Amino acid sequence: MTELTTYLDPTTMPVPFCPGCGHRLVLERLNEALVSLQIDPTRIAVVTDIGCSGLMDRHLITHALHGLHGRSITYATGLKLADPDLTVIVIMGDGGCGIGGAHLLAAARRNIGITVLVLNNMNFGMTGGQHSVTTPGGAITATTRMGNLERPLDICATVGVNGAALAARTTTWDPHLPALIAQAITSQGFALLDIWELCTAYYVPNNRLNKAALLETMDRLGMKTGILYQTGYPEYSAAYRQQAAQLRGQPVMPRRPLEQKYTSGLSRPTSVIIAGSAGGKVRSTAMALGRGAVLAGLWASQRDDYPVTVMSGHSVSGVILSPEPIRYTGIDRPDVMAVLTTDGLRAVRAQVARLGPEARLYWNAALGTVDTKAQVIPLNMTDVGIRVTKENLALLATAAILRRENIYPLAALIDAINLGQKPEIARENVEAVHAGARLL
Amino acid sequence: MREYVDGNEAIVRGALAAGCTFFAGYPITPATSILVHLLRELPKLGGIGIQAEDEISALGFCIGASLAGRKAMTATSGPGLSLMSEHIGLAIMGEVPVVIVDCQRMGPATGGATTASQGDVQFARWVTPGGYPMVVLCPSSVPECYSLTRYAFNLAERLRTPVILLADKEICTTLSTVDAAAWENTPVENRTLAAPGPFVPYRYAPSAAIPAFAPVGGPQIMRFTGSSHDERGHLTKNATTVGRLNQHLRAKIQARRDELAIVKADLQPGARTLLLSYGISAGSMLEAAAQARKRGQAVSTLIIHSLWPVPDRPILAALGGVERVIVIELNHGQYLREIERLAVGHQVIGVNRVDGELITPDEILAAMH
Repeated sequence: MTELTTYLDPTTMPVPFCPGCGHRLVLERLNEALVSLQIDPTRIAVVTDIGCSGLMDRHLITHALHGLHGRSITYATGLKLADPDLTVIVIMGDGGCGIGGAHLLAAARRNIGITVLVLNNMNFGMTGGQHSVTTPGGAITATTRMGNLERPLDICATVGVNGAALAARTTTWDPHLPALIAQAITSQGFALLDIWELCTAYYVPNNRLNKAALLETMDRLGMKTGILYQTGYPEYSAAYRQQAAQLRGQPVMPRRPLEQKYTSGLSRPTSVIIAGSAGGKVRSTAMALGRGAVLAGLWASQRDDYPVTVMSGHSVSGVILSPEPIRYTGIDRPDVMAVLTTDGLRAVRAQVARLGPEARLYWNAALGTVDTKAQVIPLNMTDVGIRVTKENLALLATAAILRRENIYPLAALIDAINLGQKPEIARENVEAVHAGARLL
Repeated sequence: MREYVDGNEAIVRGALAAGCTFFAGYPITPATSILVHLLRELPKLGGIGIQAEDEISALGFCIGASLAGRKAMTATSGPGLSLMSEHIGLAIMGEVPVVIVDCQRMGPATGGATTASQGDVQFARWVTPGGYPMVVLCPSSVPECYSLTRYAFNLAERLRTPVILLADKEICTTLSTVDAAAWENTPVENRTLAAPGPFVPYRYAPSAAIPAFAPVGGPQIMRFTGSSHDERGHLTKNATTVGRLNQHLRAKIQARRDELAIVKADLQPGARTLLLSYGISAGSMLEAAAQARKRGQAVSTLIIHSLWPVPDRPILAALGGVERVIVIELNHGQYLREIERLAVGHQVIGVNRVDGELITPDEILAAMH
């Protein structure tokens, strides 16, 4: 690349900023920093969002993204992740730091390798001088006529204590600003400069602000200048790639084909509902029931119902087993129901009440008596040769159902368990299946 | 060979088969397993998967990554789609290819996180200010989750626009048996890249043409903006330029209505009734139709896979010859209004449910009597 004397685009001049506005100064200092670094402009992306600061990107010869209010950090993060060697510079206002506060925090915590220049003029200039997150207490703005009642956000401290590689505060008059911007751009990680400046259209006339008063305000608020935070955490996109390198070449989404190995005499669709408790292996047992069906040449589908607190309350799975493809996966009138626990009963009580005389209800005898029109098959799960726990009720009942309903061979269920579960767990589960088969 | 998989796994496979190398998402039931699968799988093939701080940033990350040249996707449910609204508008305005999966759940607000619903149909269409056309695909089975996700990437790339895959809790989380022959592999398409040399980011002619793409970070300088812009990507208020841009954003979708239409029609001679549905409710419809036909009653069915833009032509074709149409959907009748617009002179009946349960075949059969 031949040496560039400017990164400004002469065809877009003049800049549109108000007389005395600090934005013009930052653009000039940024240009000086870029000239000093001599980075290929096709390898730089300048990302801006809403506010007068968002008018800056068009004046540079780099790539430019201009997005929505406070979201520039999100596009910058996407760019950096997608192209980690790209130099990504965000220019945003203090307004964006408010509405995009979550992104500011997350980007600092990730230490994503982007540079953020906050053009902090302590109010919303573009919309007529409303207060922002950095407006000092007592300041007069269009929306704080009696004086601002909110405390100003310390942007540097916020990102600094949360992982940013570099956080510095300065003003547009700082003679070291070009060097500071260059340092931020070359930092490995998230670098933020909080650049205080004058909004001559609104904040200056409303608060009789000038350079001296602004410096006095910083002092009064205890907002120190200079490099305030520097950390050495790993940069996110580099760390991500390092982790990913260890996974390269591993099989991606390996398929779990189920070749038919058994046959089934099932002539019509049969629906099975298993109602038990969370932690009772209801879903995994139902899944084995369905996978076993596929091994036996059937079609299966499974819907589950459980509360968001997955380790307490009910767990109900509905499985359809069919010799034909299943069009409708709902179960309006179950052929078979297994009620295993009081949690399960509570969840399906209405369905139990609706069962007709053709339905079979596999009922844990420990639950007492049941009032139903269905054929009740009591399951006495006290003396089955293995220790009966909350965890194997579903397996015991499912094996009993398969055996009595003669849906498909027990061996298919056992294969399904061995195919889909870890060996030590599968061994225990297969034991429960054998015990369940002896139940009736 | 058969497999036993749910819709979310099929969506993930479809995305990977389409060449998706960037995913950003935020946990939300019932879309979470898409996030978990892709964050686990993408690093294995040099892709990037990241959990964002919210759904706004999830789509923001995708927009950045897509502009860098990657195929990007996010997945969410109704509450997350609400947050993505502003960035969907940005992706439309800046002509960014991106795929957004909405695993619908019951709304409004938190609604029912694990409850079946098809309540986002009109929301997906009108998700952005300005009312610009959206491309929305809707799978009604697990294999279609695969093929339509794959195809959603093709459309996003071809049209440089966000594409929503409107799935639902039932299809996303219900395990189904899938025969290997059912996985459809349409050819993978990629966005048209700009020829080397001088580059103008948003140059198109005629109005419906798609501007050629050059990635941010590549040798041709790219300028992207959410503001009304000229062909160089510079903000403008010039009425001629703004009008031309806004006509273009509409025309590039509207002019391709017929190309974008995907339906599955099963029309029976002599049928007086057309059953029309999409998504999970299409399964109930097919079961009801099978039962009616077994009893000797002729009935036609139409499944809509391209919900938006409305496939007017195939719908009108299916309406020819029938006297009434029954629109079956898990909402208050959101697609019904589109059918009413087209089915002039027909009786239009809705079969709807909003209690979280599926529409049963019996309810559809009852509506036919």
